[in-house]
Amino acid sequence: MSKLSKEQVKSIAKLSRLGLTEIEIEKFSTELSSILTYVEQLNELGVISAEPVTQITGLENVSSNDEILEPEVSREDLLRNTPETLDGFIKVKPVFEERESI
Amino acid sequence: MLSKLTLEEAIIKLDSKEISSEDLTRSVLSSIENKEKDLNAYITVDAENALNKAKLIDTKRAKGEKVGKLAGVPVAIKDIISTKDLLTTAGSKILSNYIPPFDATVTKKLKEADTVIVGKTNMDEFAMGSSTETSYYGPTKNPRDLTRVPGGSSGGSAAAVAADETIFALGTDTGGSIRQPASFCGVVGLKPTYGRVSRRGVFAMGSSLDQVGPITKTVKDAAIALEVIAGKDKLDSTSVDMEVPEYSKNLGKSIKGMRIGLPQEYFEGLDSRIAENIHKAVERLASEGAQVVDVSLPYTKYALAVYYIIMPSEVSANLAKYDGIKYGYSAKDAENLMETYLKSRAKGFGPEPKRRIMIGAYALSSGYYEAYYLKAQKVRALVKQDYEEVFKKVDVLVTPTSPVLPFKIGEKMTDPLQMYLADVYTVPVNIAGIPAISVPANEVMDLPVGMQIIGPQWEEEKILNMAYVYEQNKEVS
Repeated sequence: MSKLSKEQVKSIAKLSRLGLTEIEIEKFSTELSSILTYVEQLNELGVISAEPVTQITGLENVSSNDEILEPEVSREDLLRNTPETLDGFIKVKPVFEERESI
Repeated sequence: MLSKLTLEEAIIKLDSKEISSEDLTRSVLSSIENKEKDLNAYITVDAENALNKAKLIDTKRAKGEKVGKLAGVPVAIKDIISTKDLLTTAGSKILSNYIPPFDATVTKKLKEADTVIVGKTNMDEFAMGSSTETSYYGPTKNPRDLTRVPGGSSGGSAAAVAADETIFALGTDTGGSIRQPASFCGVVGLKPTYGRVSRRGVFAMGSSLDQVGPITKTVKDAAIALEVIAGKDKLDSTSVDMEVPEYSKNLGKSIKGMRIGLPQEYFEGLDSRIAENIHKAVERLASEGAQVVDVSLPYTKYALAVYYIIMPSEVSANLAKYDGIKYGYSAKDAENLMETYLKSRAKGFGPEPKRRIMIGAYALSSGYYEAYYLKAQKVRALVKQDYEEVFKKVDVLVTPTSPVLPFKIGEKMTDPLQMYLADVYTVPVNIAGIPAISVPANEVMDLPVGMQIIGPQWEEEKILNMAYVYEQNKEVS
């Protein structure tokens, strides 16, 4: 397997929300294929019976106390980095196409 | 020149009022002014606030008020670690306007210790790279040879320490990003055990691999810095509730009878001059009474492949939040929400984050998950077992930090896979979550070589002591 087609790269880019140019798609198709070929050396190992690592130092189910923490940052301060706001909310572009009202 | 002081020396001189923090800070700032044109180790220098803080500490000291443990010492922080009200870019265009509204826990700890933060250091974009060339803000140069890279991704921190543009620095290490630049710049770099230091407020790259650690002029300085930043943080659930030893007080113990393992897999396919240096360094340790034994870590050769599945998978999840909506760069010419995402991310990220996001999205996608991600997590268990077995026989492992000398700027940028191979000796340590330190082990053609000392989980004391004993006894080349 391996060599990623341009169509596959296009589809991964779309899933990753990256608007790539045709030149980039061409370039990534070659580069990503060589990386995938490299990592496929794990196939030499055949079937592996080891349990997959879930947490490397062995922690399990770390939970916080059921208590309310004082917010460290105010809403105003958090929104200061936001590209577009309106009345204390984050403003986004339209999600749905406009339709004629019935 | 005061900027040449080590962290240890600076604390002693400041505490005894032999020097003032203002003079020390001015000396560091003047190094920055003289060298930055050549080096580009910093993305942001915060001279005014640094001087104000230095003066404040001097006043407190003069009045006999209580001050923090590292009071008045200049420090540089990698630009992936949040600093309240101070630009933090992660080396990326997508965060070119991001001013964090809060401090990372490690930043908070440095502030509580009364350090003077002089600036934010350059790095590969989102810590993705081994040369600091993928930074949106231009490459950092190696202070030892301006035509060569300083290593990466914490290349700015390592170069700043090597060039006396700071007294010490913080870096982050996901696959070698503290140790490899420390090796390339001839300074000390420590990656602690996964979970030893809080990552809260540090932009995540590979969440199961990332650790924060110090880059310093000496081993003792690394121990002093680790004492300040280590410990459990309730805002990072992967940080571990264990006592933090007094690392700096436990240095210089005899290594007589300690067992050093030389893993054969780490001495294959490297620059033979580097291997020669490491063997000489190991002889020094042997002459101090350590026993040297040959060992094998058979799954090591798969660690890099494991890394280049697990890390990009985690990257693809962690970098999803940079969407042009909540903060950071946002494309102005978008017509609808989907275009905001597509255009902001296309223009905001450079090629390396894009590559890794896509590899990760592919490895995690339905139908490929078992073949890539799940398999990698299984082999990860085998790599970890390798280390657990070998640490039943030896106390520490000694290896080269890098298979190559600092390479020329531009040399590896055209082939991503070649760049990835530069991390072959440092990556397995992150895969197993264990600690390791890189300490300068003389030079080859005037270029620094780093020796990596690896220990079992939570045993930073052992590797620090071994590195310290070497540093104190090494021959001057």
